[in-house]
Amino acid sequence: MKTNDLVRVLSTNVEPVSPRRVDRELAGAIVVGAAVVLGLALIARGIRPDIHDLHAFIFLLLKVGFAAVVVVWGSVYLIRLARPGGEVKAPIMGAAWPLIGIALLALISLLAAPLWHWQSMAMEEGWLECLISIPLIAIVPFAVVVWELRRMAPTNLVRAGALAGLVAGGTSAIGYALHCTDDSLPFIALWYGGTIVLCTLVGAILGSRLLRW
Amino acid sequence: MLANETELKKLMVAGLNGDEASYRALLEQLSAYLRGYFRAKLAQVSQGATEAEDLLQEALMAIHTRRHTYDPSELFTPWMHAIARYKLIDYLRRTRGSRVDVPIDDASEVAAQDKHIAAESNHDLQKLLSQLPDKMRRAIQCVKIDGLSVAEAANRCGMSESAVKVNVHRGLKALAALIAREERA
Repeated sequence: MKTNDLVRVLSTNVEPVSPRRVDRELAGAIVVGAAVVLGLALIARGIRPDIHDLHAFIFLLLKVGFAAVVVVWGSVYLIRLARPGGEVKAPIMGAAWPLIGIALLALISLLAAPLWHWQSMAMEEGWLECLISIPLIAIVPFAVVVWELRRMAPTNLVRAGALAGLVAGGTSAIGYALHCTDDSLPFIALWYGGTIVLCTLVGAILGSRLLRW
Repeated sequence: MLANETELKKLMVAGLNGDEASYRALLEQLSAYLRGYFRAKLAQVSQGATEAEDLLQEALMAIHTRRHTYDPSELFTPWMHAIARYKLIDYLRRTRGSRVDVPIDDASEVAAQDKHIAAESNHDLQKLLSQLPDKMRRAIQCVKIDGLSVAEAANRCGMSESAVKVNVHRGLKALAALIAREERA
Protein backbone atom coordinates (compact mmCIF):
# COMPACT_ATOMS: atom_id res chain seq x y z
CA MET A 1 0.00 0.00 0.00
CA LYS A 2 1.16 3.52 -0.72
CA THR A 3 1.22 5.86 2.25
CA ASN A 4 -0.62 8.50 0.21
CA ASP A 5 -3.53 6.08 -0.21
CA LEU A 6 -3.62 5.55 3.54
CA VAL A 7 -3.54 9.31 4.16
CA ARG A 8 -6.47 9.72 1.78
CA VAL A 9 -8.46 7.02 3.58
CA LEU A 10 -7.74 8.46 7.03
CA SER A 11 -8.57 12.06 6.11
CA THR A 12 -11.72 11.39 4.08
CA ASN A 13 -14.80 12.35 6.12
CA VAL A 14 -12.65 12.76 9.20
CA GLU A 15 -14.77 12.71 12.35
CA PRO A 16 -14.46 15.61 14.77
CA VAL A 17 -13.21 14.48 18.19
CA SER A 18 -13.30 16.20 21.55
CA PRO A 19 -9.86 16.80 23.02
CA ARG A 20 -11.40 16.71 26.51
CA ARG A 21 -12.20 13.00 26.12
CA VAL A 22 -9.08 11.83 27.95
CA ASP A 23 -9.82 13.73 31.16
CA ARG A 24 -13.54 12.99 31.06
CA GLU A 25 -13.30 9.28 30.40
CA LEU A 26 -10.43 8.54 32.78
CA ALA A 27 -12.04 10.54 35.58
CA GLY A 28 -15.25 8.65 34.82
CA ALA A 29 -13.46 5.31 35.10
CA ILE A 30 -11.92 6.26 38.45
CA VAL A 31 -15.33 7.34 39.80
CA VAL A 32 -16.95 4.12 38.58
CA GLY A 33 -14.18 2.08 40.22
CA ALA A 34 -14.66 3.98 43.49
CA ALA A 35 -18.45 3.52 43.38
CA VAL A 36 -18.08 -0.25 42.90
CA VAL A 37 -15.54 -0.50 45.74
CA LEU A 38 -17.72 1.53 48.13
CA GLY A 39 -20.77 -0.53 47.20
CA LEU A 40 -18.92 -3.80 47.77
CA ALA A 41 -17.42 -2.59 51.06
CA LEU A 42 -20.76 -1.40 52.41
CA ILE A 43 -22.57 -4.59 51.42
CA ALA A 44 -19.86 -6.96 52.64
CA ARG A 45 -18.65 -5.24 55.82
CA GLY A 46 -20.73 -2.12 56.46
CA ILE A 47 -19.39 0.80 58.48
CA ARG A 48 -17.47 0.26 61.74
CA PRO A 49 -19.93 -0.18 64.63
CA ASP A 50 -18.23 2.31 66.93
CA ILE A 51 -18.79 5.18 64.51
CA HIS A 52 -20.60 7.24 67.21
CA ASP A 53 -17.43 7.45 69.25
CA LEU A 54 -15.67 10.71 68.43
CA HIS A 55 -12.18 9.21 68.43
CA ALA A 56 -13.29 6.43 66.07
CA PHE A 57 -15.11 8.92 63.84
CA ILE A 58 -12.05 11.15 63.57
CA PHE A 59 -9.87 8.19 62.61
CA LEU A 60 -12.44 7.04 60.05
CA LEU A 61 -12.29 10.49 58.47
CA LEU A 62 -8.51 10.48 58.67
CA LYS A 63 -8.16 7.13 56.90
CA VAL A 64 -10.77 7.86 54.24
CA GLY A 65 -9.23 11.31 53.78
CA PHE A 66 -5.73 9.94 53.39
CA ALA A 67 -6.84 7.34 50.84
CA ALA A 68 -8.92 9.93 48.96
CA VAL A 69 -5.92 12.28 48.74
CA VAL A 70 -3.83 9.41 47.33
CA VAL A 71 -6.52 8.75 44.70
CA VAL A 72 -7.15 12.35 43.67
CA TRP A 73 -3.45 13.26 43.60
CA GLY A 74 -2.59 10.07 41.70
CA SER A 75 -5.42 10.67 39.22
CA VAL A 76 -3.90 14.00 38.18
CA TYR A 77 -0.66 12.19 37.32
CA LEU A 78 -2.45 9.26 35.72
CA ILE A 79 -4.37 11.56 33.36
CA ARG A 80 -1.09 13.24 32.34
CA LEU A 81 0.48 9.83 31.67
CA ALA A 82 -2.44 8.80 29.45
CA ARG A 83 -1.21 11.22 26.75
CA PRO A 84 1.85 10.62 24.57
CA GLY A 85 4.89 12.25 26.14
CA GLY A 86 2.99 12.89 29.38
CA GLU A 87 5.73 11.27 31.45
CA VAL A 88 7.75 14.47 31.16
CA LYS A 89 5.20 16.18 33.43
CA ALA A 90 4.53 13.22 35.72
CA PRO A 91 7.59 12.22 37.76
CA ILE A 92 6.77 9.18 39.89
CA MET A 93 7.99 10.86 43.08
CA GLY A 94 5.53 13.68 42.56
CA ALA A 95 2.65 11.22 42.77
CA ALA A 96 4.09 9.70 45.94
CA TRP A 97 3.97 12.72 48.23
CA PRO A 98 0.74 11.75 50.08
CA LEU A 99 2.50 8.49 50.98
CA ILE A 100 5.63 10.32 52.08
CA GLY A 101 3.45 12.71 54.09
CA ILE A 102 1.70 9.93 56.03
CA ALA A 103 5.03 8.22 56.65
CA LEU A 104 6.41 11.43 58.18
CA LEU A 105 3.31 11.86 60.38
CA ALA A 106 3.65 8.27 61.51
CA LEU A 107 7.29 8.82 62.34
CA ILE A 108 6.44 11.89 64.43
CA SER A 109 3.76 10.02 66.35
CA LEU A 110 6.14 7.12 66.98
CA LEU A 111 8.85 9.47 68.27
CA ALA A 112 6.31 11.06 70.60
CA ALA A 113 5.34 7.69 72.04
CA PRO A 114 7.35 5.49 74.41
CA LEU A 115 9.31 2.70 72.79
CA TRP A 116 7.22 -0.12 74.27
CA HIS A 117 4.09 1.25 72.51
CA TRP A 118 5.63 1.02 69.08
CA GLN A 119 4.74 -2.54 68.34
CA SER A 120 1.13 -2.19 69.42
CA MET A 121 0.77 1.03 67.38
CA ALA A 122 2.08 -0.48 64.18
CA MET A 123 0.83 -4.04 64.53
CA GLU A 124 -2.77 -3.71 65.56
CA GLU A 125 -4.95 -6.78 65.14
CA GLY A 126 -6.16 -6.05 61.62
CA TRP A 127 -2.83 -5.83 59.82
CA LEU A 128 -3.13 -9.14 58.00
CA GLU A 129 -6.69 -8.47 56.91
CA CYS A 130 -5.60 -5.04 55.67
CA LEU A 131 -2.65 -6.50 53.80
CA ILE A 132 -4.87 -9.02 52.00
CA SER A 133 -8.08 -7.01 51.54
CA ILE A 134 -6.72 -3.82 49.99
CA PRO A 135 -4.81 -5.45 47.09
CA LEU A 136 -7.67 -7.89 46.53
CA ILE A 137 -10.41 -5.24 46.32
CA ALA A 138 -8.05 -3.12 44.21
CA ILE A 139 -8.40 -5.57 41.31
CA VAL A 140 -11.79 -4.09 40.44
CA PRO A 141 -10.81 -0.41 40.09
CA PHE A 142 -7.52 -1.46 38.47
CA ALA A 143 -9.37 -3.37 35.76
CA VAL A 144 -11.75 -0.46 35.11
CA VAL A 145 -8.91 2.08 34.90
CA VAL A 146 -6.71 -0.13 32.70
CA TRP A 147 -9.65 -0.79 30.39
CA GLU A 148 -10.02 2.96 29.87
CA LEU A 149 -6.27 3.59 29.70
CA ARG A 150 -6.00 1.13 26.81
CA ARG A 151 -8.03 3.56 24.70
CA MET A 152 -5.56 6.35 25.43
CA ALA A 153 -1.91 6.52 24.36
CA PRO A 154 0.54 6.27 27.26
CA THR A 155 4.13 6.17 26.07
CA ASN A 156 5.64 5.15 29.41
CA LEU A 157 3.74 1.94 30.09
CA VAL A 158 5.54 1.03 33.32
CA ARG A 159 4.82 4.37 34.93
CA ALA A 160 1.23 4.51 33.64
CA GLY A 161 0.67 0.99 35.02
CA ALA A 162 2.20 2.01 38.35
CA LEU A 163 -0.11 5.00 38.63
CA ALA A 164 -3.12 2.86 37.71
CA GLY A 165 -2.08 0.53 40.55
CA LEU A 166 -1.63 3.44 42.95
CA VAL A 167 -5.06 4.90 42.16
CA ALA A 168 -6.67 1.44 42.41
CA GLY A 169 -4.93 0.73 45.72
CA GLY A 170 -6.03 4.10 47.11
CA THR A 171 -9.60 3.54 45.95
CA SER A 172 -9.61 0.14 47.59
CA ALA A 173 -8.25 1.66 50.82
CA ILE A 174 -11.19 4.10 50.95
CA GLY A 175 -13.55 1.12 51.00
CA TYR A 176 -11.45 -0.77 53.53
CA ALA A 177 -11.25 2.25 55.85
CA LEU A 178 -15.03 2.24 56.35
CA HIS A 179 -14.97 -0.79 58.62
CA CYS A 180 -11.33 -0.86 59.74
CA THR A 181 -11.02 -0.32 63.53
CA ASP A 182 -7.25 0.00 63.80
CA ASP A 183 -6.65 3.58 64.78
CA SER A 184 -3.08 4.77 64.78
CA LEU A 185 -0.95 6.79 62.38
CA PRO A 186 1.84 4.19 62.21
CA PHE A 187 -0.75 1.55 61.32
CA ILE A 188 -2.14 3.70 58.50
CA ALA A 189 1.31 4.51 57.17
CA LEU A 190 2.56 0.93 57.31
CA TRP A 191 -0.46 -1.10 56.27
CA TYR A 192 -2.45 1.37 54.17
CA GLY A 193 0.60 3.04 52.67
CA GLY A 194 2.47 -0.25 52.31
CA THR A 195 -0.34 -2.05 50.51
CA ILE A 196 -0.87 0.93 48.21
CA VAL A 197 2.85 0.80 47.35
CA LEU A 198 2.42 -2.94 46.72
CA CYS A 199 -0.48 -2.23 44.32
CA THR A 200 1.71 0.38 42.62
CA LEU A 201 4.51 -2.15 42.08
CA VAL A 202 2.14 -4.79 40.71
CA GLY A 203 0.62 -2.16 38.41
CA ALA A 204 4.09 -1.25 37.12
CA ILE A 205 4.83 -4.89 36.32
CA LEU A 206 1.48 -5.44 34.59
CA GLY A 207 1.54 -2.08 32.80
CA SER A 208 4.03 -2.97 30.10
CA ARG A 209 1.93 -6.01 29.13
CA LEU A 210 -1.60 -4.66 29.54
CA LEU A 211 -1.17 -1.17 28.14
CA ARG A 212 0.64 -1.85 24.84
CA TRP A 213 -0.93 -0.26 21.79
CA MET B 1 13.46 19.83 8.47
CA LEU B 2 9.94 19.98 9.83
CA ALA B 3 7.50 22.75 9.03
CA ASN B 4 6.92 24.96 12.02
CA GLU B 5 5.02 24.00 15.14
CA THR B 6 2.48 26.78 14.71
CA GLU B 7 1.40 25.61 11.29
CA LEU B 8 1.19 21.93 12.20
CA LYS B 9 -0.75 22.72 15.35
CA LYS B 10 -3.21 24.85 13.38
CA LEU B 11 -3.76 21.97 10.94
CA MET B 12 -4.16 19.48 13.79
CA VAL B 13 -6.70 21.59 15.68
CA ALA B 14 -8.68 22.12 12.47
CA GLY B 15 -8.49 18.37 11.83
CA LEU B 16 -9.81 17.62 15.32
CA ASN B 17 -12.77 19.83 14.44
CA GLY B 18 -13.41 17.74 11.35
CA ASP B 19 -11.70 19.85 8.67
CA GLU B 20 -10.78 17.29 6.02
CA ALA B 21 -8.41 19.43 3.93
CA SER B 22 -6.36 20.59 6.91
CA TYR B 23 -6.16 17.10 8.29
CA ARG B 24 -5.01 15.70 4.96
CA ALA B 25 -2.35 18.43 4.66
CA LEU B 26 -1.19 17.58 8.18
CA LEU B 27 -0.87 13.86 7.47
CA GLU B 28 0.98 14.57 4.22
CA GLN B 29 3.54 16.76 5.99
CA LEU B 30 3.91 14.23 8.77
CA SER B 31 4.38 11.43 6.22
CA ALA B 32 7.33 13.16 4.60
CA TYR B 33 8.90 14.05 7.93
CA LEU B 34 8.37 10.69 9.65
CA ARG B 35 9.51 8.80 6.55
CA GLY B 36 12.89 10.51 6.89
CA TYR B 37 12.93 9.84 10.64
CA PHE B 38 12.10 6.13 10.39
CA ARG B 39 14.43 5.54 7.43
CA ALA B 40 17.33 7.06 9.32
CA LYS B 41 16.54 5.07 12.47
CA LEU B 42 15.94 1.76 10.70
CA ALA B 43 19.08 2.19 8.60
CA GLN B 44 21.04 1.93 11.84
CA VAL B 45 19.67 -1.57 12.34
CA SER B 46 20.11 -2.50 8.67
CA GLN B 47 16.49 -2.32 7.66
CA GLY B 48 15.31 -0.84 4.44
CA ALA B 49 12.78 1.56 2.95
CA THR B 50 9.93 -0.95 2.84
CA GLU B 51 10.19 -1.61 6.57
CA ALA B 52 10.37 2.13 7.21
CA GLU B 53 7.21 2.58 5.15
CA ASP B 54 5.47 -0.19 7.15
CA LEU B 55 6.40 1.58 10.35
CA LEU B 56 5.39 4.97 8.96
CA GLN B 57 1.94 3.63 8.12
CA GLU B 58 1.59 2.07 11.54
CA ALA B 59 2.55 5.40 13.15
CA LEU B 60 0.05 7.30 10.99
CA MET B 61 -2.69 4.86 12.01
CA ALA B 62 -1.71 5.39 15.66
CA ILE B 63 -1.71 9.19 15.28
CA HIS B 64 -5.15 8.95 13.69
CA THR B 65 -6.84 6.50 16.04
CA ARG B 66 -5.34 8.18 19.14
CA ARG B 67 -5.76 11.78 18.00
CA HIS B 68 -8.18 12.45 20.88
CA THR B 69 -5.15 12.25 23.23
CA TYR B 70 -3.72 15.48 21.82
CA ASP B 71 -4.34 18.38 24.17
CA PRO B 72 -4.63 21.60 22.11
CA SER B 73 -3.33 23.65 25.04
CA GLU B 74 0.02 21.86 24.60
CA LEU B 75 2.58 21.88 21.75
CA PHE B 76 1.85 19.52 18.86
CA THR B 77 5.34 18.36 17.82
CA PRO B 78 6.31 16.75 21.16
CA TRP B 79 3.02 14.79 21.10
CA MET B 80 3.66 13.56 17.56
CA HIS B 81 7.30 12.77 18.38
CA ALA B 82 6.31 10.78 21.46
CA ILE B 83 4.06 8.57 19.30
CA ALA B 84 6.73 8.12 16.62
CA ARG B 85 9.36 7.22 19.22
CA TYR B 86 6.99 4.83 21.00
CA LYS B 87 6.14 3.06 17.73
CA LEU B 88 9.79 2.86 16.74
CA ILE B 89 10.84 1.27 20.04
CA ASP B 90 7.86 -1.09 19.94
CA TYR B 91 8.73 -2.07 16.37
CA LEU B 92 12.37 -2.73 17.21
CA ARG B 93 11.38 -4.91 20.18
CA ARG B 94 8.87 -6.86 18.14
CA THR B 95 11.13 -7.52 15.19
CA ARG B 96 14.37 -8.10 17.09
CA GLY B 97 16.05 -11.16 15.68
CA SER B 98 13.18 -11.99 13.38
CA ARG B 99 14.63 -10.38 10.27
CA VAL B 100 17.59 -11.33 8.20
CA ASP B 101 20.34 -8.75 8.49
CA VAL B 102 21.20 -6.92 5.31
CA PRO B 103 24.69 -5.51 4.77
CA ILE B 104 25.25 -2.00 6.14
CA ASP B 105 26.04 -0.62 2.66
CA ASP B 106 22.55 -1.30 1.40
CA ALA B 107 21.04 0.39 4.39
CA SER B 108 23.00 3.62 4.07
CA GLU B 109 22.12 3.73 0.40
CA VAL B 110 18.48 3.52 1.34
CA ALA B 111 18.81 6.21 3.98
CA ALA B 112 20.22 8.55 1.40
CA GLN B 113 17.08 8.31 -0.72
CA ASP B 114 14.78 11.29 -0.86
CA LYS B 115 12.17 11.06 1.85
CA HIS B 116 9.56 12.38 -0.57
CA ILE B 117 9.93 9.31 -2.73
CA ALA B 118 7.63 6.86 -1.04
CA ALA B 119 8.25 3.15 -1.07
CA GLU B 120 5.37 0.72 -1.09
CA SER B 121 4.77 -0.88 2.28
CA ASN B 122 4.14 -4.58 2.77
CA HIS B 123 0.55 -3.86 3.76
CA ASP B 124 -2.23 -4.45 1.26
CA LEU B 125 -5.23 -2.30 2.12
CA GLN B 126 -7.80 -4.45 0.33
CA LYS B 127 -6.42 -7.62 1.87
CA LEU B 128 -6.45 -6.04 5.32
CA LEU B 129 -10.00 -4.81 4.82
CA SER B 130 -11.13 -8.28 3.81
CA GLN B 131 -10.08 -9.50 7.27
CA LEU B 132 -12.46 -7.09 9.01
CA PRO B 133 -15.99 -8.04 10.05
CA ASP B 134 -18.48 -7.39 7.26
CA LYS B 135 -20.13 -4.29 8.79
CA MET B 136 -16.84 -2.57 9.54
CA ARG B 137 -15.49 -3.33 6.08
CA ARG B 138 -18.57 -1.94 4.33
CA ALA B 139 -18.68 1.17 6.54
CA ILE B 140 -15.00 1.95 5.84
CA GLN B 141 -15.43 1.25 2.12
CA CYS B 142 -18.37 3.67 1.86
CA VAL B 143 -17.23 6.49 4.14
CA LYS B 144 -13.43 6.42 4.02
CA ILE B 145 -12.70 5.06 0.51
CA ASP B 146 -15.68 5.96 -1.67
CA GLY B 147 -16.09 9.22 0.25
CA LEU B 148 -19.84 8.97 0.79
CA SER B 149 -21.39 11.04 3.55
CA VAL B 150 -22.48 9.17 6.66
CA ALA B 151 -26.13 9.59 5.62
CA GLU B 152 -25.47 8.17 2.14
CA ALA B 153 -23.45 5.30 3.57
CA ALA B 154 -26.22 4.51 6.04
CA ASN B 155 -28.64 4.35 3.13
CA ARG B 156 -26.43 2.12 1.02
CA CYS B 157 -25.41 -0.27 3.80
CA GLY B 158 -28.81 -0.47 5.44
CA MET B 159 -27.41 0.68 8.79
CA SER B 160 -28.36 3.62 10.98
CA GLU B 161 -26.10 6.68 10.81
CA SER B 162 -24.75 6.06 14.30
CA ALA B 163 -24.03 2.43 13.37
CA VAL B 164 -22.01 3.64 10.37
CA LYS B 165 -19.98 5.99 12.59
CA VAL B 166 -19.35 3.30 15.19
CA ASN B 167 -18.31 0.78 12.54
CA VAL B 168 -15.93 3.23 10.87
CA HIS B 169 -14.40 4.02 14.25
CA ARG B 170 -14.05 0.40 15.33
CA GLY B 171 -12.95 -0.67 11.86
CA LEU B 172 -10.06 1.81 11.82
CA LYS B 173 -8.92 0.62 15.23
CA ALA B 174 -9.10 -2.98 14.05
CA LEU B 175 -7.17 -2.01 10.93
CA ALA B 176 -4.47 -0.38 13.07
CA ALA B 177 -4.22 -3.58 15.10
CA LEU B 178 -3.97 -5.70 11.93
CA ILE B 179 -1.16 -3.54 10.57
CA ALA B 180 0.74 -3.84 13.86
CA ARG B 181 0.22 -7.60 13.91
CA GLU B 182 1.39 -8.04 10.31
CA GLU B 183 4.66 -6.43 11.23
CA ARG B 184 5.11 -8.81 14.11
CA ALA B 185 4.88 -11.81 11.82
